Amino acid sequence: MKILVPVKRVIDYNVKVRVRTDGSGVDLANVKMSMNPFDEIAVEEAVRLKEKGVASEIVVVSIGVQQAKDTLRSALAMGADRAILIDATSDVNQDIEPLAVARLLSRIVEAERPDLVIAGKQAIDNDMNATGQMLAGLLGWGQATFASKIEIADGRAVVTREVDGGLQTIGVRLPAVVTVDLRLNEPRYVSLPSIMKAKKKPLEERTAAALDVDVTPRLKIVRTVEPPQRVAGVRVASVDELIEKLKNQAGVL
Amino acid sequence: MTVLLLAETHQGRLATDAVARTLSALAPLGDVHVLVAAGEGAEAAREAASLKGVSKVLLAESESLRHGLAEPAAALIASLASGYRHIAAPATAFARNILPRVAALLNVMVLSDVIAVHGAESFDRPVYAGNAVQTVQSTDPVVVFTVRTSAFAAVGRQEGAPVERVAAVADPGLSSWIEDMAVVSERPELASARVVVSGGRGVGSKESFDAIIQLADKMGAAVGASRAAVDLGYAPNDWQVGQTGKVVAPDLYVAVGISGAIQHLAGMKDSKVIVAINKDEDAPIFKVADYALVGDLFSIVPELTGKL
Ligand SMILES: Cc1cc2nc3c(=O)[nH]c(=O)nc-3n(C[C@H](O)[C@H](O)[C@H](O)COP(=O)(O)OP(=O)(O)OC[C@H]3O[C@@H](n4cnc5c(N)ncnc54)[C@H](O)[C@@H]3O)c2cc1C
Ligand SMILES: Nc1ncnc2c1ncn2[C@@H]1O[C@H](COP(=O)(O)O)[C@@H](O)[C@H]1O
Repeated sequence: MKILVPVKRVIDYNVKVRVRTDGSGVDLANVKMSMNPFDEIAVEEAVRLKEKGVASEIVVVSIGVQQAKDTLRSALAMGADRAILIDATSDVNQDIEPLAVARLLSRIVEAERPDLVIAGKQAIDNDMNATGQMLAGLLGWGQATFASKIEIADGRAVVTREVDGGLQTIGVRLPAVVTVDLRLNEPRYVSLPSIMKAKKKPLEERTAAALDVDVTPRLKIVRTVEPPQRVAGVRVASVDELIEKLKNQAGVL
Repeated sequence: MTVLLLAETHQGRLATDAVARTLSALAPLGDVHVLVAAGEGAEAAREAASLKGVSKVLLAESESLRHGLAEPAAALIASLASGYRHIAAPATAFARNILPRVAALLNVMVLSDVIAVHGAESFDRPVYAGNAVQTVQSTDPVVVFTVRTSAFAAVGRQEGAPVERVAAVADPGLSSWIEDMAVVSERPELASARVVVSGGRGVGSKESFDAIIQLADKMGAAVGASRAAVDLGYAPNDWQVGQTGKVVAPDLYVAVGISGAIQHLAGMKDSKVIVAINKDEDAPIFKVADYALVGDLFSIVPELTGKL
C-alpha cells in the first residue's frame, strides 16, 4: 500500500506572530518555520503503518516556496521514502489556499495512485481545516476527518474520529483521505543518523504552472489586524475576595 | 439573494443554539433557507422553522444522512446549490467535515470560522490562533463558509416557516457508520454555556479532575479542558478548548491549573470575565485574567465549591 502525506511549512507553533501595523499582513521573513504539527502526526502514522508492514511506500508532498524543502527533509528523516516539492510561489508571505493545494495534490494523486492520503486536520497558520475534505471531494473519494485511531483492513480504513459529542467510528473504502487529530499518536524525535540518511532520499521538484493549476487566491485579503488585546486585571488574595468580586464587581455570580 | 444554512443535527435533534447563533451572523445576507439533513428530521425541521430569520426549511430524510457522513451530505448540498449565493453552517466538527467538500464540488473556496459579516462578499476571520484577524473579500460565485458561533448572539423565535421536503441524493457508499461513543450529559453545552470551568495539566489526574467537575456543577457551568488535560486522559476530547478544539466566549471562564499557551487562549480569550487559578504567579494566563488567584488548586477549588 502506498501512502501520500501532504506536509505544510508553517510558522513554528511556539513563535508569537507579529502583525504589521499597516494592516498588510503578518511578517514571515526571518521567523522560525517548522512542519505543521498535525502533519508530523500524519507522517508518524504513515511511518508506523509502514513499520507494521501495512504500507510499502510513503511519499510526502509540500506546496509553496523553495524553503519547504526543509519541511520535506524533516518528513524524510522521520521515515518517509520520497518527497515532492511543488513550487507555487517565491513569496514567503503568500499562503496557497486549500482549494489550490487540493487541486495540486489531486494531480499528484493521479500520477502516484496512492491508496491512502493522510493529511493534517488543520494548518496552524491559516486555521482553515479544509484541504483534506476538499481533496476527497475533488477525487470523489471517501473521507475520514479528525482521526484519533486508524486501522487498515480488507480494503478499508476503520477510523475513530474526534467529533462534537465524543468519538465516532466509521469505515471508509480505500482509496480515501484521512485527516488526523492530536490524539492519534506522538511523533518521534528524529535521530542524527536519520537526518543524514534523509539527505540521500529522492526529492523531486515540480511547479504549479507545469501541473496546470492556477494558484491565484479566491479570497482577497483586504486587511490583517491584531485583535483587541485584553489587559491583566487584579490579583485577589483569597477565595472570599474572589467570590465578593465576582458578585459585586463583575456581576457574574 | 438567499442563503442555504446547513442545520446541525444530532440523532435527529436540532442543535438549536448553534443554528440560532449562526442565523444572527447571516442576518445581513438576506433570506435564509435551512437544510435539515437527517435520518428522521421532522422534529428538527419544525424547531428550525421557528427560529427568526428562517423563510423556509428544506427537509431531506434518508438512511445515508443519519450519521452525518460527509459524502452523501455534501452531494445533497451541492445538488441544491444553484439557487444560492451563500452556503453556511456553524463551525462545528459536523459542518467542518462537510462544507469544505461541498466547496470543492462547487470549485470554490471555503472560509472557516467567520466572526463578522460585512456584506455579501466581505468577511472577517481569525488566523494564527486568533493572533490576527483578516478581512477577506471572496471572488467566488457562491460563498461557502462556517460561522464561529461564540461571536454571535442567538436569534429569537418566530411563527413557523414552511417546511418543504427535498429528495436525498443516492448514497455514494464510500463510507459507512460503525459506532458513536457519545457522552450524554446533563451539563450545559460548552459552546453555549454562560459559565465554563476548565482544568489543565495542573489538576494532576483523572480522579482529581472530579473537583473541577464538582465546581462546574455547583456553578451550573460547562466543563472544559486544556489540550494537556485531554492528552493525559483527565477529560474527553470534546472538552478541549482552544485553537484546535472548541472556541467559547461565556460570561465567566474559570481556568484552573492551566498555564495559558496561545493555543489555549485562542479558545477562550473573548470570554467576558476570566478567572485564573494557578500556583505560578508568572503564568501567562494571568495576562488575560480579570481576577487572578495565585495558590494551590487542591485547596482553592474545594474551598470555592464549598462557599458558593
Ligand atoms: C498543534 C497544536 C495545537 C494545540 N491546540 C491546543 C488547544 O486547542 N487547546 C489547548 O489548551 N492547548 C493546545 N495546544 C497545547 C498548548 O500549546 C499547551 O501545551 C497546553 O495548552 C498546555 O496545557 P496546560 O496549560 O494544561 O499545561 P501546562 O502548560 O503544563 O500548565 C499547567 C499549569 O498548572 C499549574 N499548576 C500545576 N500544579 C498546580 C497546582 N497544584 N495548583 C495550581 N496550579 C498548578 C502550573 O503552574 C502551570 O501553569 C496545542 C499545541 C499544538 C502544538
Ligand atoms: N501548502 C501545503 N503543502 C502541503 N500540504 C498542505 C498545504 N496546505 C495544506 N496542506 C495539508 O492540508 C492540511 C490542512 O490544511 P488547511 O486546510 O490549510 O488547514 C495540512 O495539515 C496539510 O496536511
